[in-house]
Amino acid sequence: MFAIFKKELRSYFINAIGYVFVGAFLVAAALMCCYTTLGSQSYSTSSYFTMLIFSFIILIPLLTMKLFAEEKKLRTEQLLMTAPVSVWGMVMGKFFAAFTLFCGTVLVSCINFFPLYSYARAERAGQEYSELHVGPVTAQIFASVIGIILIGAAFIALGLFISSLTENQLAAAVITVSIIFVMLILDVVNQYIDVYAIRFVISWVCLMSRFANFSNGILDYSAILYYLSISGVFLLLTVRVYDKRRWG
Amino acid sequence: MIKIEHLVKNYGSNCAVDDISFEVGKGEIVGLLGPNGAGKSTTMNILTGYLSSTSGSVSVAGLNVLDNPIEAKKHIGYLPEQPPLYLDMTVEEYLIFNYNLKGCKLNRTKHLEEICEVVKIKDVYKRVIKNLSKGYRQRVGIAQALIGSPEVIIFDEPTVGLDPKQIIEVRNLLRNLGRDHTVILSTHILQEVQAVCDRIVIINKGKIVADEKTENITRAVENNRRFNVKICGPQKEVLAMLRSKPGIVYAEVLAQRDGDAYSYLIESEVGIDIRKSLFYTLAEKKWPLVGMEAMGMSLEDIFIAIVDQTSPKARYERKTKSRTRGGEAEREIAKTLVEDAGKSHGGSALFGDDTEAK
Repeated sequence: MFAIFKKELRSYFINAIGYVFVGAFLVAAALMCCYTTLGSQSYSTSSYFTMLIFSFIILIPLLTMKLFAEEKKLRTEQLLMTAPVSVWGMVMGKFFAAFTLFCGTVLVSCINFFPLYSYARAERAGQEYSELHVGPVTAQIFASVIGIILIGAAFIALGLFISSLTENQLAAAVITVSIIFVMLILDVVNQYIDVYAIRFVISWVCLMSRFANFSNGILDYSAILYYLSISGVFLLLTVRVYDKRRWG
Repeated sequence: MIKIEHLVKNYGSNCAVDDISFEVGKGEIVGLLGPNGAGKSTTMNILTGYLSSTSGSVSVAGLNVLDNPIEAKKHIGYLPEQPPLYLDMTVEEYLIFNYNLKGCKLNRTKHLEEICEVVKIKDVYKRVIKNLSKGYRQRVGIAQALIGSPEVIIFDEPTVGLDPKQIIEVRNLLRNLGRDHTVILSTHILQEVQAVCDRIVIINKGKIVADEKTENITRAVENNRRFNVKICGPQKEVLAMLRSKPGIVYAEVLAQRDGDAYSYLIESEVGIDIRKSLFYTLAEKKWPLVGMEAMGMSLEDIFIAIVDQTSPKARYERKTKSRTRGGEAEREIAKTLVEDAGKSHGGSALFGDDTEAK
């Protein structure tokens, strides 16, 4: 499993795709951060994180589209399937490679908050004492980053599953983009639905609905469990795809 | 080392492998031979754990491939039909990846060096696989299969797409590997198995048609009873003499003519070497014998005879076709030869149970 993990992580940087992902992510994050905080003179990061999640529509499929589709096209999956590695090992190796690159980039993008803190310090410097909290709320940022990483993990697992269904990278990317798009858009649409039952069902399907607590600085265990389960389900489905192919 | 019992694989309603059983002992080189779509690759894919079987069991080194896949796979090195190469890696990176993937415990630098030595890829070691020629790619694929020095090595059509020199090299390599490994290779080229293998398993339409030692099949070929003889002399009289000579069951004039010499095709009785007595007879009559050539019975003929046997319709079509070329006699002879070889080796499986053909 570790060999596959290493190989995948390396291949992101042999191909341009790793650099494209990291570059695009950091540029998008920096621009959004400027626009939502500095540009609108606010310390609140919640709209920054919401926008960042929407950028995943394009960014996550970049990471996941090739994971299985390329192997299938090059027939190299035969190598992995006949090596002394379990299907779970193979799937997890690939998942963690994408996840590691994603996490790393998210953590690097946290430098975007430094200007906020330094602005806050400058603003506080003139005042002796203030009843109002001036500056970004660290707990909110911390929880939001965790939330973002969990949502990212779920999307990566989804992309991995889609990639295992096709041998065409482009098809994998397009399908993943549309599913993530629909998931995120559903949350927006959901606010305008009057029927409680439908709203309830949709809130289970779209991943965004559970993010609100994180952006308020709350580590919601049920939400953490929810995101981990979604990731687990898609990873399980991917494993099943390979088992099915073997038994089919 | 390898034990396949009543292996069946269905793809939907399509039966790719139909009740195949055979065993391969340690250090044996076995060739799986069959036309395209015969089920060779499917059998190998099941053997290596890439596919599952519909029923039946496969075990490698005493480990069942389905029950204990990870342990069993440790004993197998596999080169699929299309070498599974990551084109954007260098040969070095690729081999190191495989080394890690297989959890190999041998000394890495030394082991990889040895393998590169064996398959002769040292001069491309640092190059990106994308830029390598087909022959080198194939060799990198072979190197991959050798990593970890597995006891069983399985090659699916290893010489496809190589030039003649590379083919010879690969065959030599396979023969050398057979000294300390159990090797199974599949091919549709008869010379290849003849050159390399100890044993030949012929598969057609998912069934084993023949499972014979290579010598037996080769002996069937050498046990030749047909000759192309060139004799100077009056054509009609020579033919009459040939037909009346004891020991010759069949004679005909061939179309070729070389000066005053005519070519004749003769066939001797089973177990009789007609060559010497024919020479003396001709000498007596003062008809010089200017050429005698054994009609090489290629394995192809035997192969076609065996394979056609299992599908009466195809055989019928072939017969009607070959009649126009005068090749029917050859086919018939090929069949009898195989039968003879089989009989002399204790009722072989060559023509085992082909109720269909009757």
